[in-house]
Amino acid sequence: MEKNGNAGKQKREARVVSQECLAGGIYSMWIEAMDMAAAARAGQFFSLYTKDASRLLPRPISICEIDKGQGRLRLVYRVAGAGTEEFSRYRTGDYITVLGPLGNGFPTEENPKKRAFLVGGGIGIPPMLQLAKELACEKQILLGYRDELFLNRELAAYGSVWVATENGSTGTKGNVLDIIREHGLTADVIYACGPVPMLRALKEYAIRHSMECWISLEERMACGVGACLACVCQSKEIDSHSHVHNKRICKDGPVFAAWEVEL
Amino acid sequence: MINTKVKLAGVELKNPVMTASGTFGSGAEYGEFVDLNRLGAVVTKGVANVPWAGNPTPRVAEVCGGMLNAIGLQNPGIDVFVKRDIPFLRQYDTRIVVNVCGRTTEDYLEVVERLGEEPVDFLEINISCPNVKEGGIAFGQDPKAVESITKAVRERAKQPVIMKLSPNVTDIGEMARAAEAGGADVISLINTLTGMKIDTKRRCFVLANKTGGMSGPAIKPVAVRMVYQAACAVKIPIIGMGGIATAEDALEFIMAGATAVSVGTANFFNPYVTVEIAEGIEKYMEENGVTEITELIGCVK
Repeated sequence: MEKNGNAGKQKREARVVSQECLAGGIYSMWIEAMDMAAAARAGQFFSLYTKDASRLLPRPISICEIDKGQGRLRLVYRVAGAGTEEFSRYRTGDYITVLGPLGNGFPTEENPKKRAFLVGGGIGIPPMLQLAKELACEKQILLGYRDELFLNRELAAYGSVWVATENGSTGTKGNVLDIIREHGLTADVIYACGPVPMLRALKEYAIRHSMECWISLEERMACGVGACLACVCQSKEIDSHSHVHNKRICKDGPVFAAWEVEL
Repeated sequence: MINTKVKLAGVELKNPVMTASGTFGSGAEYGEFVDLNRLGAVVTKGVANVPWAGNPTPRVAEVCGGMLNAIGLQNPGIDVFVKRDIPFLRQYDTRIVVNVCGRTTEDYLEVVERLGEEPVDFLEINISCPNVKEGGIAFGQDPKAVESITKAVRERAKQPVIMKLSPNVTDIGEMARAAEAGGADVISLINTLTGMKIDTKRRCFVLANKTGGMSGPAIKPVAVRMVYQAACAVKIPIIGMGGIATAEDALEFIMAGATAVSVGTANFFNPYVTVEIAEGIEKYMEENGVTEITELIGCVK
């Protein structure tokens, strides 16, 4: 099924290596993905299929970590419905059908002299872990949670971590922008994934401070490969595929330069 | 030796497996998973005279055994399509079916005329999209409108014309006859069934467009019934589609009277499905001593 020697994107069964609950409704699953892991990079995603034939469409889940040595992938996801609930019941030795790696990923050939903000909000936090591992520059990792924390300790191995919670139970009370203000943090580039209001605020912040800003978007998807045109976002410039102002999140993204897209 | 070749309006397809418009782009995305040379034909995403931006998001929703979509015929327009998508498809040994959409009769005719000198094998006229306000289904729910647009297109078209029919009608046989009376060379059916999904937590429609076209395995029995009724109503060949995900599904449509079949939504959950179906049909023929696939067309009466 491979074309032009491209061994990357494929659909196949992967063995579940482990499954762990990190926080309420947040699960971490390692899968054996072999060459799919070798082809993957930070900011890309995999589409996961349920075993229930009445649920046709795969669930797009971001890559949290890649272990190229062992050919394994870590997917950290939130149980949002019956499909992801089924995934959370898989145990070591079970098999899951996956399609990927999909999407473009974060640009990581960054000038090591730069200082970066890695910003994750809620279930937008997982992709920051692999990104933190791949980026060579100085990293300040800002994490926004509702209340319960996850992945914050693991991220601390790759940079300085600041936390905000909505109720103020840990760290700054408020959101990731409140962290920046409270601690007077500065950086040259932003990498972010999370809810749209957070991304919108970061885009405005980046424009105000003339910073480079990369954001990862999500939208309801069907094919995951750029064919069905379901998961579009509004782009500032005419897109290359349909020549309108609609970039495909699954194929042209999910990572965009913040200026490229209207939020 | 088995022979899987079928003919539509005198044009031979190496096998009856086609793609369904809007699910396969112009082939480039799924060409990374399947060899497009193995397909009877690739049917492109609908193309209009100018680029269309489509509907707001969310554009898709999953439903039990199927999905709803309201993409709204986003497309780059005929200029880009002719420069980029036709040359891409011409690299492969498969038939090219260009799906044509429009808001007015003039829009359709402009695209049909532009395609006249292009190396494409068929034009499929989309008069059944439920997700656009103008054009689309407005032409496809009234037999007089079906006949008149078919006639207008047939007069200008250089290639065989496939009229794509809507299932959102009371009498599919009447629509099939109207297309035939207008001079259609082939009909294809079914397009999607208009549906709706409500988010009870947020008390709103899941799709920004409120309604969307339902597709997927759940609609297959309706589609098989309609293909059968259409086959009883007209003499022109039929391309059957609606929920096909396996070779057995495809054979149901063929036995109901379809000369060829289109695979749509199944591509989204199995990007290898088109070639798997082509191979599955061959296997069925070998195992059941069928030498000519044409023996199976409409064999269930």
